[in-house]
Amino acid sequence: MLTYFSKRLLFMVPITLAVSLICFSLVHLSPGQPMDAVVSADAPAEVVELVRRAYGFDRPLPVQFGLWVQRAVQGDLGLSVATGRPVVLEVMGALKNTLILATAAALIGFPLGMLFGTLAGYFKGSLLDRLLTGIAVTGVSVPHYWLGMVLVIVFSVHLNMLPATGAGPGASTDWAFEAAYLRHLILPAVTLSVIPMGIMTRTIRAMVGEILAHDFVEALRAKGLPEWRVFLHVVKNAAPTALAVMGLQLGYLLGGSILVETVFSWPGTGMLLNNAIFRRDLPLLQGTILVLALFFLALNLLVDLAQTWLDPRIKRA
Amino acid sequence: MATSSVEPKTAISLSAPDGAAAPVPRSRGYWTSVLMRLRRDPVALAAGFVLLVIVLMALAAPLIAPADPYKTSMINRLKPIGTEGFLLGSDELGRDVLSRLIHGGRLSLFIGVVPVLIAFVIGSLIGIAAGFVGGRVNTAIMRTVDVFYAFPSVLLAIALAGALGAGVVNALVSLTIVFIPPIARVAESVTTQVRNFDFVDAARASGAGPITIIRVHILGNVLGPIFVYATSLISVSMILASGLSFLGLGARPPEPEWGLMLNTMRTTIYVNPWVAALPGAMIFITSISFNMLSDGLRSAMDVKL
Repeated sequence: MLTYFSKRLLFMVPITLAVSLICFSLVHLSPGQPMDAVVSADAPAEVVELVRRAYGFDRPLPVQFGLWVQRAVQGDLGLSVATGRPVVLEVMGALKNTLILATAAALIGFPLGMLFGTLAGYFKGSLLDRLLTGIAVTGVSVPHYWLGMVLVIVFSVHLNMLPATGAGPGASTDWAFEAAYLRHLILPAVTLSVIPMGIMTRTIRAMVGEILAHDFVEALRAKGLPEWRVFLHVVKNAAPTALAVMGLQLGYLLGGSILVETVFSWPGTGMLLNNAIFRRDLPLLQGTILVLALFFLALNLLVDLAQTWLDPRIKRA
Repeated sequence: MATSSVEPKTAISLSAPDGAAAPVPRSRGYWTSVLMRLRRDPVALAAGFVLLVIVLMALAAPLIAPADPYKTSMINRLKPIGTEGFLLGSDELGRDVLSRLIHGGRLSLFIGVVPVLIAFVIGSLIGIAAGFVGGRVNTAIMRTVDVFYAFPSVLLAIALAGALGAGVVNALVSLTIVFIPPIARVAESVTTQVRNFDFVDAARASGAGPITIIRVHILGNVLGPIFVYATSLISVSMILASGLSFLGLGARPPEPEWGLMLNTMRTTIYVNPWVAALPGAMIFITSISFNMLSDGLRSAMDVKL
């Protein structure tokens, strides 16, 4: 197992490099010069040249990439073109809000998904199963940005119960979990929780059904075990996969929150990304995507390791 | 055939004694039974019917739309649902929302479905090649594909579209790139499974070349599962495609497109809330229908992925 762990860790190095390369290439995918956002269109050629040199865009691409990685490793992702602040600070501030939103959505979506999936799988074919499967299909098919709008229409416009946008007054300055922040969190978190709820329900339903078809379940029942103890066996067998799905989904919540954040003007990485795109703030775009991708990678790694550790049936060389 | 629904494809492939000579009657038997099973699935049937209606509506848009989807009218702005002449209300520029919804299906379906189709072709090619060749080539290809898994799909789509710049073509390209890796991965795993079946060895032993083996023995057995998987991506693709337009990265105004309509009417939700929500309802109905049809197809073809 230790060899697996070290192999898996070692494998992270080329993947991380490749991911950085993709993030770096994004700038050069975009039409026009990377400097267009910095200097005005009618700037004299000498000024453009000066700025190009200041940002290092006059070097060959491989050199630029090397320098970029070297600085990134030291925690320097450059300066945001739009605000002039270090990209790292911008991203970290936004990441906090995204993490809170993703965690809240996970806390709503995961338990519901597990409950629905287990019930649906356990009573496969029943009316309850059909109802829960229907909810799950709805969850994975609903455009979440639209669901967010509908929730705003119902709870903010009509009922006037919850705030429609923003994260409250204290959100951008400190960690204060005050009531205003929580009230702002409810709608985006519920909106975002629908996808993992649907996916968890579908995965766990299929898995529970598969486990119930195993001979050992028959044997447990035959030896007279009460049904709730049989149920515990099923849950135990489903746990490692459930864990893996949850880990992946948490990662998707981080990346997928961009649309929901836009609907609710939630000051997270999604909104940062959105701003970076529309202001053509390329260092910020690169930096935000890199941080999110690395976070996602680390999460995947953790899930993989935890799953191998928890489930001795998985033998990986 | 009817009695053993567990492994019909393997059984059929094995029972074709004259190999290359008879691929057509063999596949007809399989697809007929799939169609029969699909016909007994009321949910899939209903979803298919809804999709048919939406597609026909989009195709016949100029004929059935009650008004010009581009025609603005300052005095008829933000009419509620059920107004005379504006059955589903009007938007912030006084355009007829019903007509725009009908016309919007064209672009929304196009940028939702086409990326999956292109990714199905490219991803299958990559995955089948990797799975069939195996060894180091497989490892090299699949590790490259793995890199794209380091990005959550929504993030990758938005990042690519954002870097390439707004526009329908760029949205199509970004979405295609997003869907190639998952399809390639499924294609690779299915191909690797099939490649290890005895009938492939038998074919090789009887002198069949790689091209013949892929064409006769591999394709027929792997395309079905890959296709089912690809159909399950259409729903995600619809949501993502309209999501890109919703962010302002896909279709450009004044083009009628569901995601873009949602974006422009979002500012009016305090005035005309339910009209503003209509384009999203269309995306939702389309997406859930694709999902249900895909689920039905999956169980009818007995594909486990």
